[in-house]
Amino acid sequence: MPEIQHITAKNGDILLLIGTMKGAFVLRANKTRKKWEVGGPYFPGMAVYAMAYDGRAGRNRLWAGPQSMHWGALLSSSDDFGQSWTNPEEANVKFPEGTGAALENIWQIEPGHDDEPDTLFCGVQPAALFASRDAGKTWRLTEGLWNHPQRSKWQPGGGGLCLHTILLDPETPKRIRIAVSTAGMYVTEDGGTTWRPSNQGVRADFLPDKHPEFGQCVHKVVQSGQQPERMYLQNHWGLYRSDDRGESWTDIANGVPSDFGFALATHPANPDCAWIVPLESDQFRCTPEGKLRVYATRDAGKSWKPMAKGLPQKGAYETVLRDAMAVDALDPVGVYFGTRSGKVFGSADEGKSWSMVLDGLPAVVSVNTARVSLKRRKGA
Amino acid sequence: MAFVFVIPGPLRELAGNRGEVRVDGKASSVTDALSLLWTQWPGLRDRVLTERGEVRLHVNIFVDGESIRDAGGLGMPVRDGAEIFILPALSGG
Repeated sequence: MPEIQHITAKNGDILLLIGTMKGAFVLRANKTRKKWEVGGPYFPGMAVYAMAYDGRAGRNRLWAGPQSMHWGALLSSSDDFGQSWTNPEEANVKFPEGTGAALENIWQIEPGHDDEPDTLFCGVQPAALFASRDAGKTWRLTEGLWNHPQRSKWQPGGGGLCLHTILLDPETPKRIRIAVSTAGMYVTEDGGTTWRPSNQGVRADFLPDKHPEFGQCVHKVVQSGQQPERMYLQNHWGLYRSDDRGESWTDIANGVPSDFGFALATHPANPDCAWIVPLESDQFRCTPEGKLRVYATRDAGKSWKPMAKGLPQKGAYETVLRDAMAVDALDPVGVYFGTRSGKVFGSADEGKSWSMVLDGLPAVVSVNTARVSLKRRKGA
Repeated sequence: MAFVFVIPGPLRELAGNRGEVRVDGKASSVTDALSLLWTQWPGLRDRVLTERGEVRLHVNIFVDGESIRDAGGLGMPVRDGAEIFILPALSGG
C-alpha cells in the first residue's frame, strides 16, 4: 500500500478536498494559497466521488464517500484532518428492505444549515436522497422523493442514475433542490415530503420533446448564497441562469466555445459572477482546440471571457467533471479545479491567473474547499 | 457443525484481524453459514452482501474450492467442516 502523508492544519487555513478514482487527498495552504501541503492518499484504490467539510458546532470533520469496487460504498469521517477515518461496522447509507435497491455510489455530501448542526444530506446512485439528523451517525432514505411517481421513468446518464446536486435554500430551510442525471431538477418546499419537477426552460436535446416536464440531463446547478434567487445551471447541452430560485431558466451561452460541459461554480459574494469549463461536445468531452480555458462571467451570463493565463494552451485535451470545480470564501476568491488527467489547478485571484497545485493524481472526480476554524478551548 | 471462513486482507479489520474464522452452529446452505459468520462478526455482512441480500458483483465465495456462482448460489449446500473462502474477484481498471 502507498505511504500515506498527513497535513497539519492551522486556524484559517484553506483546505482542498480532492476526490479521485483511486483515493482521496486533503491539501492545505495558508491564506496566500501559494504553497500546498498534501495529505493522502486516503482510501487507496477506492473511488471517492464526494467529500465535504463540516465545521458546524465546533467540529472540524471531513466526510468522504469511498466506493470499493469489491466491498461497496459507505460514508467515512475524520475529526483529525485525515489522520484517522471511521470504518463503520454496518454500512451507514443503505436502502431499506422493500425498496429493492442497493447502494452503488455516493455522489454528494451536504452539511445542513448552521442552525441545524446535526443535519446532513447525501445524494447517491441509484438516484436517491438520504438525510441524517444525528450528525451522520444514522441515515434515512427520503421516501418522498424515492416514491415519486415519475422516478420509474428516470434514465441513467453516462455516469449512472445519480443524484449529484443538493441545494439547501439559504433563506427557506425546508426548500431543497436536487438534480439527477437524467431526470432534471426536483424541488421540495416541505423538507422532503413532497417533490415537484422544476425544469422550465431547460432543454433536453436528446429527447423528441425538447422541453419535457422532467428528464433533462442537468450536469450541475449552483445557487448564490448572497442572492438565493440567482442560480446557474450547466446542462448536458445548455448554459442557464435563473433569477427566480430555479423556477424558470434563461439561456446564457453568450460567447462560449461550447455550451456543453460539467463544471460550474459561483462567486460567494458576487451573484453576477460564475465560472465554467466548456467542453467541445458530448461526443468529444474535452476542452475545445486543445486549450484548457476557464470561462468567467461578471455580468450574470450576458458575456463570458476566457481565463487562461497559466493554463496549458496547446495539446491540452482535458476533461473537468461536474464536481471537480470549487471556490473558497477568501477575498479575492480562490478558484480550483481538477482534471481527469490528474491535475489540479488553482487561482488565488478569481481566475485572472492560474498555477498547477498538484499533478500526477488519479483521475479527479471532485474538488471541495473549506476554511479551517479551530476553536480555542476555555483556558487554553 | 463447524465451518472455517477464510477472510480476505481488506476485511480482516472487521474480523478481529483474523485471516481465518471458525464458526459453530447448524447450517444447511451457504446463506445459513454466512448468518453464523455475521452473528460473530457483523461488520462483514455489508461488505459481502448488498442490501438486496445478494453477493456483491465483484466478490466471490468458494466452498471447498467450488465457486457458489456455479453451484446454486447462496442456496448451495454446505457440509460439516466446510472451508469457505471469501475473495475479491479479479476486476478493476
